[in-house]
Amino acid sequence: MPRFGAVRSGHGPSALVQITLNGEQFELDQSVSVSALLMRLEIDPRRVAVEHNLAILKRQRFSDVLVHEGDTVEIVNFVGGG
Amino acid sequence: MVDSPFVIAGRTFRSRLIVGTGKYPSNAVMAHAHEASGADMVTVAVRRVNITDRSRESLLDFIDPTRMFILPNTAGCYTADEAVRTAHLAREAGLSNWVKLEVIGDERTLFPDNEALIDATRRLVRDGFVVLPYTNDDPIACRKLEDAGAAAVMPLGAPIGSGLGIQNVNNMRIIREFARVPMIVDAGVGTASDAALAMELGADGVLMNTAIAGATEPVAMAAAMKHAVVAGRLALLAGRIPRKMYASASSPVEGLVGR
Repeated sequence: MPRFGAVRSGHGPSALVQITLNGEQFELDQSVSVSALLMRLEIDPRRVAVEHNLAILKRQRFSDVLVHEGDTVEIVNFVGGG
Repeated sequence: MVDSPFVIAGRTFRSRLIVGTGKYPSNAVMAHAHEASGADMVTVAVRRVNITDRSRESLLDFIDPTRMFILPNTAGCYTADEAVRTAHLAREAGLSNWVKLEVIGDERTLFPDNEALIDATRRLVRDGFVVLPYTNDDPIACRKLEDAGAAAVMPLGAPIGSGLGIQNVNNMRIIREFARVPMIVDAGVGTASDAALAMELGADGVLMNTAIAGATEPVAMAAAMKHAVVAGRLALLAGRIPRKMYASASSPVEGLVGR
């Protein structure tokens, strides 16, 4: 279960939003934009690509696409390779 | 001697050596090796961001995008669908529509799956990508990739990371003769002579990662590779002498003392 990321703010557990983030279960206290999610994760949006429910998001859409209960989010970046 | 420029899909590169960013002892060593290599194109891989540990250094802090063209790969993909998905993610994360396309067919050899590779090439070209496929050293596969719209063909010299050098020298010559796009020998280089040989066989460029990153002194090996690629290219352009079975004296046979 998540050890990280969730910001609880007095709601009961039923108010939490469960998503699948990079293949792991992840809890949010409410539906948030992709921009807000990246900010919470301390990820620079200029260096990643985001896939939301299998659709790749243009960077300009990060602020207006909301992540809801049950959604799947993939955040990728560049790493060393040949 | 004036060489023609190294051009892929209309873009000119200063160096015919393309280097990877994986398996270096540290990012700092990598940056020094890149500098020593003289390369102006580097490959990178696309992976999930580590959500739990954000403290790790970012690779891109060690690559100057004003000096290096960044070529994302689809390493680790075993189907055309995975490779196409990864390429699209790379395009969103990066600055260009170029991709080093890998569709692997076997875990132990990391040999490409020709059929899936050709399929993925066709799909990505349709989606507007500049596709540089890592392929078998098979002239027919290379021809099909070119027909599918590949901007270059990148036959393997030997299995990835094996350091065995170019295993099928004659196929490389045939691929070069067939291809109307640049041929880049990708994978299998172990040491400088392998890179020089690739260039002597007519390769337009050489792509390597482990040969530099895995060397005892990666920065020194990067410099060696830089010189090897230049030497091999010059030797090709200079036109080597034909091979002969017997000796042919370099010094005059007349005027020998005492005869």
